[in-house]
Amino acid sequence: MFHPFVIPFCIGTVALFGIIGIKFTRWIKSLDRKQITIFRQHFLKGMFIPAIKEMLLEGLFHRKVTRFSRRLGFMHRSIALGWFLLIVVGFIEATVNLKGKLHAPWYAIFYRFFEHDQFTASSRVFADIMDALLIYVLIGIGLAVAKSLYAGIMGLRKTSKLKLFDAVLRYSLWLIFPLRLFSESLTACLYKNGGFLTQYLGDLFNPMFASVMELPAWTAYSIALGLFFALMPFSRYMHIFTELLLIFFRKYGVKESEQATGYTKMELSACSRCGICIENCPMDKVLGVDTIQPVYYLRDVRNRVAKRITADNCLMCNQCQSDCPVGIDISSLRKFGRNKQELDTHDNYQYLDKIHSFNAIGRVVYFGGCMSHLTPGIVESMKKIFDAVGQKYWMMDEYRSICCGRPLLQQGFINQAAELRRKNTRLIIESHSKTLVTSCPICYQSFKNEYHLPVRVMHHTEYIAMLMQLGKLKVKPSDLKVAYHDPCELGRGCGIYEEPRRVLRELVQLVPAEREGKDSMCCGYNLGNTCLSLESQMRLRDASWQNLTINHPDQVATACPMCKKAFQHASHNSVKDIAEIVAEHLIQ
Amino acid sequence: MKSFGFSIAKPRSLEIDGESLERLHRLEEKEPSFKRCFNCGGCTATCSAGQFTDFNIRRVHNLYRWGRYQELGEELRKCMLCGKCTLVCPRGVNLRHLIVSMRELLNEL
Repeated sequence: MFHPFVIPFCIGTVALFGIIGIKFTRWIKSLDRKQITIFRQHFLKGMFIPAIKEMLLEGLFHRKVTRFSRRLGFMHRSIALGWFLLIVVGFIEATVNLKGKLHAPWYAIFYRFFEHDQFTASSRVFADIMDALLIYVLIGIGLAVAKSLYAGIMGLRKTSKLKLFDAVLRYSLWLIFPLRLFSESLTACLYKNGGFLTQYLGDLFNPMFASVMELPAWTAYSIALGLFFALMPFSRYMHIFTELLLIFFRKYGVKESEQATGYTKMELSACSRCGICIENCPMDKVLGVDTIQPVYYLRDVRNRVAKRITADNCLMCNQCQSDCPVGIDISSLRKFGRNKQELDTHDNYQYLDKIHSFNAIGRVVYFGGCMSHLTPGIVESMKKIFDAVGQKYWMMDEYRSICCGRPLLQQGFINQAAELRRKNTRLIIESHSKTLVTSCPICYQSFKNEYHLPVRVMHHTEYIAMLMQLGKLKVKPSDLKVAYHDPCELGRGCGIYEEPRRVLRELVQLVPAEREGKDSMCCGYNLGNTCLSLESQMRLRDASWQNLTINHPDQVATACPMCKKAFQHASHNSVKDIAEIVAEHLIQ
Repeated sequence: MKSFGFSIAKPRSLEIDGESLERLHRLEEKEPSFKRCFNCGGCTATCSAGQFTDFNIRRVHNLYRWGRYQELGEELRKCMLCGKCTLVCPRGVNLRHLIVSMRELLNEL
């Protein structure tokens, strides 16, 4: 059971798996020590089954894409799951026919060409199943073609622009399944071995035409497959395999380190260039900047042509990361691109050694954050709240503000940020306090994820929610209509969506914004972007404001001094921090 | 007598044309909003680093204009990039980007 036309397919398959093997080995070898240690630790915990489950859910069923858009999910699923089932069912069909004997891979792939005498009941059923699966895949391909012509069909604003090589490969992928249908129909015309679809189509052909065209058609099918397989590892379609590897390592606790490693290369290759990151990006949606989105930034990094501006001109609002169906750690990848090693100096902040810690045993350490110094209302309200519940506190940056270091880290000054973290850590540890409350989500994320503090770190919304739950805070509700703005750093950054809403529901009438929660729109003043002009920031702010006030609230609440400052001049509506609203509703 | 921190600057000579002018243009190209500054000093008043040291963003501007890069390089290292200056600036000068750009340009020296 061999025919020379299968050679292109065989060459392609061997090349595919050979190259994947080489690439995977290289990436795994260049993981750093920290990542390998974590992998080993998790290895003993039996993460294997959950990892495989996740790989199946994402690789075949495309769960996260479906969550983003059902139509898009259907398209991806029909191609991935359909093709996978075609291979599996084809393999079973061939094995059943040979009664369990071993067979060559091309035998199952080109089964109908090799097996003509198919008149048993079971082979009829198999033929029909295979046809049904082929229709399933073809529907997916049809949708993909439609999407490339008009993204709106899939409910998208834009689709990503591909480079020529990827585009060529996409056409060869689209060609594979119609060719399969065509060749199987021709064989069905000659030997009557088709399923409901291929037989129907086969009967339409002239047998003379079929006998001439059969071999060329199968050869074309084999060449299309072989070409696609051989070129796949160098194209976007490599993501099909890399994504599985990435999910596996992620399930074993591996994360991005401070420097780029083999894991970074996996993430770069796991990007499918689907363009979902463009969809909600405020830089594109509001400002029309369509060159900096992760799909293009990662492409440039991959091709080693990334410009500094592509890495820099991003708000770091994390919208793309929250939408990304592959779950790529885009912020970390962008931080690698922003690394300013040549400017990053040591011992810059020796002047901070002058500050002495305060013995705050039994007190809460309150860290307002730099921005809260510009919104004194938040600090005043927090002090009122502490006093109302009789909690003693030490405000760490009452007179002079020390930065948490996150703004520096976001701009790629790794050493300088680490120095600030060391200074603050010393102050906090020497205070002997057990709880740190901060008003600024930027500081909060830094304290929580970048510091390794032996104290409990809370954002003030969490702290107030806790006080309310314990019944310590006596408040009087009012019927004010309030919309809540989720700050990027607090919501998508730290996953705090519920606490602020719980606090607000106790006090006022919460009205929804158009997009909120994990889809909330950045206020535009995010510290992540240094290149934006004030005018662009204001346009972003206005878009975000419009999104917030769609239901005409009396007041807008936020939980970030930066967002408050941004919205303050957007309109006559008052903008308040949650702490201020709570302080106003306190029963004295 | 109470000291208010004022003093008379020592006599000095400045090389204000040639290289420093070209560098000024390059900075203005990188961050055009630099030109809008009207020296109100809001940035300096709010500066986090300025509360601990004599770091003074207005002075930073002048040092750059004067071409006193050596001194400027040392000054800029004190900045924590917290962004308060940018937020208070009444003319919308992007001071964070300005400081990073200055450091980049000085690094080329």
